[in-house]
Amino acid sequence: MAAMSAMSTPAISPTIVVVGHGMVGQRFLEALADRGVTERARIVVLCEEPRAAYDRVKLTSYFSGNTPDDLSMVEDGFMEKHGIELHLDDPAVSVDTAARTVVSRAGVTIAYDTLVLATGSYPFVPPVPGKDAEGCFVYRTIEDLLAIEEYAKTSRVGAVVGGGLLGLEAAGALKGLGLETHIVEFAPRLMPVQVDEGGGAALLRTIENMGLSVHTGVGTQEVVAGETGAVTGMALSDGSVLPTDMVVFSAGVRPRDQLAREAGLAVGERGGIVVDEQCRTSDPAVFAIGECALASDGRVYGLVAPGYEMAETAAAALEGEVRSFTGADLSTKLKLLGVDVASFGDAHGTAEGCLDVVYSDSRAGLYKKLVIGTDGTLLGGILVGDAEQYGTLRAFTGSKPPVSAEQLVLPAGAGAPVALGPAALPDEAVVCSCHNVTKGTIRGAVNDHQCTTVPEVKKCTKAGTGCGSCVKVLGQLVNAELEASGVEVDKGLCACFGQTRQELYEIVRALRITSYQQLLDHHGRKAARGGNGCEVCKPTVGSIIASLAPTIGASGYVLEGEQAALQDTNDHFLANMQKNGSYSIVPRIPGGEITPEKLIVIGEVARDFGLYTKITGGQRIDLFGARVDQLPQIWGRLVDAGFESGHAYGKALRTVKSCVGQTWCRYGVQDSVRMAIDLELRYRGLRSPHKLKSAVSGCQRECAEAQSKDFGVIATANGWNLYVGGNGGATPRHADLLAQDLSDGELIRLIDRFLMFYIRTADRLERTSTWLERIEGGLDHVRDVVVEDSLGICAELESLMADHVAGYRDEWAETLDDPERLMRFVSFVNAPDVPDPTVRFVPERDQVKPDLPLLSIRPLDEALEGSAAR
Amino acid sequence: MTIAPEKTDVQLEIKIGDDWLAVCPLSRLVPGRGVAALLPGGRQAALFLDRDGRPYAIDNRDPFGGAQVLSRGLIGTAAGRHFVASPLLKQRFDLETGACLDDEEVSVTAYEVRLY
Ligand code: SRM
Ligand SMILES: Cc1cc2nc3c(=O)[nH]c(=O)nc-3n(C[C@H](O)[C@H](O)[C@H](O)COP(=O)(O)OP(=O)(O)OC[C@H]3O[C@@H](n4cnc5c(N)ncnc54)[C@H](O)[C@@H]3O)c2cc1C
Ligand code: SF4
Ligand code: FES
Repeated sequence: MAAMSAMSTPAISPTIVVVGHGMVGQRFLEALADRGVTERARIVVLCEEPRAAYDRVKLTSYFSGNTPDDLSMVEDGFMEKHGIELHLDDPAVSVDTAARTVVSRAGVTIAYDTLVLATGSYPFVPPVPGKDAEGCFVYRTIEDLLAIEEYAKTSRVGAVVGGGLLGLEAAGALKGLGLETHIVEFAPRLMPVQVDEGGGAALLRTIENMGLSVHTGVGTQEVVAGETGAVTGMALSDGSVLPTDMVVFSAGVRPRDQLAREAGLAVGERGGIVVDEQCRTSDPAVFAIGECALASDGRVYGLVAPGYEMAETAAAALEGEVRSFTGADLSTKLKLLGVDVASFGDAHGTAEGCLDVVYSDSRAGLYKKLVIGTDGTLLGGILVGDAEQYGTLRAFTGSKPPVSAEQLVLPAGAGAPVALGPAALPDEAVVCSCHNVTKGTIRGAVNDHQCTTVPEVKKCTKAGTGCGSCVKVLGQLVNAELEASGVEVDKGLCACFGQTRQELYEIVRALRITSYQQLLDHHGRKAARGGNGCEVCKPTVGSIIASLAPTIGASGYVLEGEQAALQDTNDHFLANMQKNGSYSIVPRIPGGEITPEKLIVIGEVARDFGLYTKITGGQRIDLFGARVDQLPQIWGRLVDAGFESGHAYGKALRTVKSCVGQTWCRYGVQDSVRMAIDLELRYRGLRSPHKLKSAVSGCQRECAEAQSKDFGVIATANGWNLYVGGNGGATPRHADLLAQDLSDGELIRLIDRFLMFYIRTADRLERTSTWLERIEGGLDHVRDVVVEDSLGICAELESLMADHVAGYRDEWAETLDDPERLMRFVSFVNAPDVPDPTVRFVPERDQVKPDLPLLSIRPLDEALEGSAAR
Repeated sequence: MTIAPEKTDVQLEIKIGDDWLAVCPLSRLVPGRGVAALLPGGRQAALFLDRDGRPYAIDNRDPFGGAQVLSRGLIGTAAGRHFVASPLLKQRFDLETGACLDDEEVSVTAYEVRLY
């Protein structure tokens, strides 16, 4: 075998075999494609898993709705385009370095010129008795997750062994699956590698508050199985037994070096395939990259960014380029169970003579530590609970920040620290550590390569295309750079309007504009005038006109004239479109209170039309599966029985939930049901920048969950407390107390003002929670405006609301009275009596569900091929 | 504001093979919105009028979700191209060519239409 000199002679490699198609393996293929190697060489990939590379870092997002396809890292057609042979479900079982061949499990022998091992890691399972019992899992692949999900269906309690990064992710997943969840960690704190004692305490507090049970400082001694062989509990080192139905091991990972070991390649004492700075193993024809490699600095890197760096290095080495991997930054920022955790640089303060600056508030789950060198250089740090500053601080690592360290860790508001923006960073500061991109390079992209948006800068510099944690700082830098060079940063609503939603609202209100086209032709961007607008600004303007309708003299009816053309499809048909083009129907049930008679009507309608029926999360009932042509008939019956539109389709008031309150509940101090009904009837139909939700609880026990609502009301002995800016959904936020002990009249007046102020100043699709966090001055400013009337606009806000209340009409009743409008409710304009044959249903659990396979059939009739002749 | 010609007997016609198929009177369409039409053989077309009263027709099936709903999307103009945004996941389709503006590899059939 001819030894190759690693750096000088370009190794032209007719056949490259890659073993392992994980994140790093895929990155290596992309690096080859970028360099055009794929055109010159035959490339064969052996992939053990039944699917091509996917984003393991985002694995847990499977449980929040990402499908395996969403997680895929391989662009459609990538393999075909570059002629790469990918063998799924066929791992390599042996390598013969002398003959330069690899044998796969399917028995295929492939000769290689260059072999690249990218076999990753395997989850380490401590050798405790019972570890193989039914109900024991690891957390590494999509297949693992599918198995966990399935088993959890019949489990009540789950335990995770290991309280590190992956353990917390796994625990979050079990909790999300509805299990009572325990975390068992041998070390005295959670995430022992990333955070120190103080950070661990803050993390513990937050995680326990979420309802997870944490057991630190105890080891797992045995997994106890019952007669059937299935897990029933875990014996812990403190002598206790933790009853559990399933166990997920997450006690660290070990490099998968067995293949290399058996082939006689050098491996480290504690595992990992030994490689040099070019990622070559002890056999120069073999490379190892990613988590399976023991890098030249003696470390195995368990993070994806260093793996990517190795992939680039190995690809470069194949082309004779000089590039080396000598070690990587272990900075990480994670969101675990909704808690921000970040560590960067010398987080544990190992440098000689270094000092710590710590801010800690374990009640709020906050912990921030900076490690400072003797000369004031920032060496590293740990952030728990709030990692806003991560991007900036990481970039400052190694230099002296322009302000004192104390100011950097104090929370906003305490001691008024300066906001240290990325503008203060030196040019050589690394902003994106995944791709090693400095601030100077980003500035160059804007100034020399005419990039004006973050996506353009990403494309140009690759910054932000790895873990994504730097994207926020990237955005700030791009905007700062554009502003500095005199380019005005476009804050416009869309390609049609240069104004923000708030500015458009003011224009419509001041000039009493009641037509979208008028607004577009006079106030739109030049290029957009006279055009058809777009799907962003049409509904936005439609909503502004609807909220201001009585005041500017427009019709409040959303299907009137031009208004009809502006509405999103849901508003246009006054119902919510579902997957297969059918609609759902949600009648208003104010406060969740409903008479038996009305319940019977809903039941009869659902039965007669074969609708799938479900109680919603908003204390009302949703009827699914109506064809567009059935909507008027169904609503006809509902309106006759006294129901109104529930606006489930609109950016409008949804529901005001209530608890049973004083009338029945032994704790209640006010009539929460009556108040909820009053509020729901007052604000029904109010169009706003995003949907509005509310709730009223009869006492501090808060059974109606008012503090998660846009405006929530909780009864007190003296009246009502008003909370605002709460949110459930993807980014939950607890509402803030706006005012206390209000009378009925005071409460309603304050809500009137609050809602109208929000409608006036919020951006498109901005809930009250994000609005409150965004607007300057935050809650204090809002309180000044709506309680103290600091802007002198309260009278006007109240009168706008009074106009709305007086002008309210039920949209469905109005539509049913209008034969011309009703003509729109047909499947086909040329065959009004024919129902859409693709809207079909199949049975499920005694009801129906959409027949989705039907939708994947494409009607193909050659004779009918259209003539796309224009 | 431009309104489509108010001649009630004007029909919207769509070209299928070599024949023109009358779909409906022009007055059934609201400028800026669409309607669905059933074609012989079971295919469905989505017909639209833009604000100037110009008609368009493309296939009604959203190729991403499979449902026959493109006729219920909002239309708009971007960089001079008129499009409809699918009501399901908002991908945009060129009303003249049927090409998806958000995914080069996807397109739907576009039909010739006329007012007759
Ligand atoms: C039907 C329902 C689920 C259920 O079966 O229980 C539901 C269904 C939908 N929700 Fe919801 N949400 C429902 C209660 C909730 C709740 C719980 C609640 O209201 O108490 C929440 C969290 C609370 C909150 O909003 O703060 C909720 C947070 C969301 C979000 C995330 C909002 C956010 O601010 O993060 C969306 C997405 C959005 O609006 O952009 C969403 C969007 C949707 C959409 C509109 C998604 C869509 O575009 O298809 C669903 C339409 C339903 C339909 O076609 O009828 N839904 N959704 C619930 C209807 C309540 C009602 O009676 O009106
Ligand atoms: C839940 C979870 C969360 C994570 N979060 C983060 C994070 O936030 N940040 C971060 O930086 N990192 C994170 N990681 C780590 C990150 O996923 C890994 O660093 C990265 O996947 C390593 O890539 P790799 O290609 O080296 O290994 P892998 O992605 O594991 O790929 C190796 C592949 O090789 C296959 N293979 C093994 N042996 C053979 C063989 N003999 N033949 C064929 N194929 C074989 C394996 O089946 C596997 O598909 C996380 C990991 C997990 C599991
Ligand atoms: S919030 Fe209070 S009054 Fe209402 S149901 Fe709960 S305990 Fe009873
Ligand atoms: S730091 Fe990971 S993408 Fe920039």
